[in-house]
Amino acid sequence: MKSGSNLEKILQAGHFAFTGELGPPRGTDAEEVRKKAGFLKGNVDAVNITDNQTAVVRMASWAASLIAIQEGLEPNYQMVCRDRNRLAMQADILGAYALGIRNMLCLSGDHMKFGDHPNAKGVFDIDSMQLIQTVKRMRDEGKFLSGAEIEHPPKIFIGAASNPFADPFEWRVHRLAKKIAAGVDFIQTQCIYNMEKFRNFIAMANDMGLTEKVYILAGVTPMKSVGMANYMKNKVPGMDVPDEIIKRLKGAEKGKVAEEGIKIACEQIEEFKTMKGVAGVHLMAIEWEHKVPEIAKQAGMLPRPKVD
Amino acid sequence: MIVAKRKPFDEIKSLIQGYKKILNVGCGTCVAVCLTGGEKEVSVLNAEIDMARKLDNDPIEIDGFTIERQCDREYLAALDSKVDEYEALLSMACGAGIQFLAERYPHIPVLPAVDTTFIGVNQDVGWYEERCRSCSSCVLGWTGGICPVTMCAKGLYNGPCGGTNRGSCEIDPEQPCAWYMIYERLKKQNRLECIMKLAPPSEWANQVPRTLIQPGYKKPEKKA
Ligand code: SF4
Ligand code: SF4
Repeated sequence: MKSGSNLEKILQAGHFAFTGELGPPRGTDAEEVRKKAGFLKGNVDAVNITDNQTAVVRMASWAASLIAIQEGLEPNYQMVCRDRNRLAMQADILGAYALGIRNMLCLSGDHMKFGDHPNAKGVFDIDSMQLIQTVKRMRDEGKFLSGAEIEHPPKIFIGAASNPFADPFEWRVHRLAKKIAAGVDFIQTQCIYNMEKFRNFIAMANDMGLTEKVYILAGVTPMKSVGMANYMKNKVPGMDVPDEIIKRLKGAEKGKVAEEGIKIACEQIEEFKTMKGVAGVHLMAIEWEHKVPEIAKQAGMLPRPKVD
Repeated sequence: MIVAKRKPFDEIKSLIQGYKKILNVGCGTCVAVCLTGGEKEVSVLNAEIDMARKLDNDPIEIDGFTIERQCDREYLAALDSKVDEYEALLSMACGAGIQFLAERYPHIPVLPAVDTTFIGVNQDVGWYEERCRSCSSCVLGWTGGICPVTMCAKGLYNGPCGGTNRGSCEIDPEQPCAWYMIYERLKKQNRLECIMKLAPPSEWANQVPRTLIQPGYKKPEKKA
């Protein structure tokens, strides 16, 4: 056991994992975090707490992670390379661990250009690959990046993201292999809509023996509306939304588009459950946390297994 | 070459506010090539300033003088006999030239008329693109001659990030993804192994003022 986190235990026991996501508020209201946590509790194994998502300032990810812990949820603390240098990152990791955080997701981060402070100085002192390596070194060797000793090393379950759809496609599996070499324990993918392409990706990962070395959680985001689908297709970098999805949503009866979106998501989840190399699902119900219980139930993900 | 662009006119105007007699010093090297601070640009700016100050009922006496290279003592010496006639110097050289001017004449205010922008290349007449951030440890050898520090919006050493889309960078569909290009070029050269290994965290040598003394050369003469 590398960290002893609930997520690690679930995956190691061979259960099909189910993680959720919680976006911290753009203010100081802890109640908002508690309310969202309430919808997720009992329905997911761990919940990603986003870090200044889309480069917009929000409550610190570690702080919202702590509130999640108080509410009985296990956080997956996200950290982006955009906003801090290697000193701040390692300091935050120590603090996060000291306060009970056991999972971490290492990300480059969206470019600040998209956010509410487009003129900010991007840090990117180290990249996501190097952050994975840093956390692994801290955990397994008990050393900082500099080589100095850590007294009580943080035992963190290390995650990273993978986008199977961004070009160059063949390189995506290599990049996954690089993240594994850097020391990642689990991967959560970008939202998947193009199932065909994802099947290819996972087949390549299987062939290269990668799925034996890392737990891959397939990313799912239910579409709420046709507008959202079009936006994802045209405006979100690295997103691949096939026309059939949009057609299916458009074909839904009036007032039933969201229902259709959830139905598509659940069908995807059913397929992931049977897909070799997929160890679970990461559900990103963006600002739709209250729908998680319904989706979890409909997708046959409940009750969540208990492991010790 | 070093590329610079002229500061907004209002900013220049406010920088020289209150001075009645100034010398605008151009530079005949990089900033002249990128059409920002050579002889021609000095006279254009001077004419604009002259006119604007006349309109404001606050005339100014402004002269121009363009030297070969403002970042070189040898050429700066040509100004020694003139500068004391002026209340302030305006400079259209790059930041290095402006600082050298300020250092040589510490008793006179030296004001920048340009924003030094990047080390770049000429793509077409009047069109320049950044190509190097002088990071002090060049990785072009394993990135197929494409600079990830400059051309990747996140300066990644292990890209491409998840935002790359059909060869474009996430920041702008018009901006090519540096890592997409690196991948394509290395693939053509059969050198993909160059980016298979993990690049370690960079040793950011450009975080302190850098000095270079070529082997065999003594420390340059102490400045006055
Ligand atoms: S890696 Fe890029 S920024 Fe660094 S020296 Fe080479 S070209 Fe310049
Ligand atoms: S899309 Fe490409 S160039 Fe843009 S930040 Fe990502 S890796 Fe760098």
